[in-house]
Amino acid sequence: MGSKKLGMWLFIVSDTLTFSALLVTYSYCRLTNPDWPRPFPINPAIIFSTTMTVVLLASSLTMVMAVMAAQRNDRKKAVMWIVATMLGGLLFTGLHLTEWFNMITKEHFTITSNPEGTPLFGAVFFGITGLHMTHVMIGVIYLGIVAVGYGRGKFSAEDVEVNGLYWHFVDLVWMFVFPLIYLMSVKY
Amino acid sequence: MDTHAHAHAEASNHGASVGTNLAVWVGLVAITGLEVFLAYMELRPAVMLTVLVVLSVVKAAMIMSYFMHLKYEKFTLVLWLVPPMIFCICMMFIFFFPEAFRLLQLRPH
Repeated sequence: MGSKKLGMWLFIVSDTLTFSALLVTYSYCRLTNPDWPRPFPINPAIIFSTTMTVVLLASSLTMVMAVMAAQRNDRKKAVMWIVATMLGGLLFTGLHLTEWFNMITKEHFTITSNPEGTPLFGAVFFGITGLHMTHVMIGVIYLGIVAVGYGRGKFSAEDVEVNGLYWHFVDLVWMFVFPLIYLMSVKY
Repeated sequence: MDTHAHAHAEASNHGASVGTNLAVWVGLVAITGLEVFLAYMELRPAVMLTVLVVLSVVKAAMIMSYFMHLKYEKFTLVLWLVPPMIFCICMMFIFFFPEAFRLLQLRPH
C-alpha cells in the first residue's frame, strides 16, 4: 500500500473520532434535555434533508465510478465522473445552505438561541452540520485539484483512489449526522 | 513491471464490480428510507436513538467495505484501523450511556 493511501486512512480514523466525540456529546444533550427543540416537520424539512442524503449518496456512487475508470487508465471517463461528483457536492452544499438560510431568517434559529427550547440546540446543530459542510466544501476543492492533475497526467490512479476515500468518508459521516440530528428531532 | 502492466495489476486487485457497487448503493438508499419511515412512528427517544445508531453502523460498514475497498485490502490494514477506532468510540460510550440514562430517569415526565 502506498504512503498516500495509508496517510488518508490515518486521517480518516482521527477525523472519525472527532465526529464521534461531537455526536456522542450531541446524543447526551438530546437524551437529557426535556425541552429539546423539534424543528423538523416531515414536510418539508425531513423530505428536504432526505433529498440531501440521496444527493450525497449519489455523489459517492459517481466517485466509485471515477476510481474504477482511473484503475482502467481511462482518464477521460475518470475526469468526467469526478466532475459529476463535484456537482453532487455542490448541490448538497447549496441545499444545505438554503436550509440554514431558512432556519436562520424564517424560524429564528441561531447558534445561541431559538424560539422552541434549549439554546444548546443551535450550537450543536450548526456546529456539527457546519463542520460536515466544511468537509464537503474542502472535498469539492480537493476533487477539482485531482480532476485537473489527473486529466493532465500529473496524478496517478492512486491519487484518485485516495481522493475517493476522503469523499466516501464525508458521505459516511452524513450517514450518522442525518438520522441523529434530523430524524431525532422530527416535529409531529 | 511496465506502466501498463502495473496499471492492470492495480485494477485487478481492487474493488467490486459495477453491479455490486450499484446494489450497495440501492441498499444504502433503502436503509435511509427505513430510517425516515421510523421517524413517522413516534418512538421514545432512547429507543429511536439506539435503532438509528445500529442502522447507521450497518450503513458505515457497507460504505467502508465496498466503496472504500476495505473488503479488498489486506486484512492487516483492517486490524490496524478498525479495532483501535472501535475501542476509542466504546470508551466514549462507556462514559456516555450510564450517565445519560441516569439523567433520563431523573428528568420530569
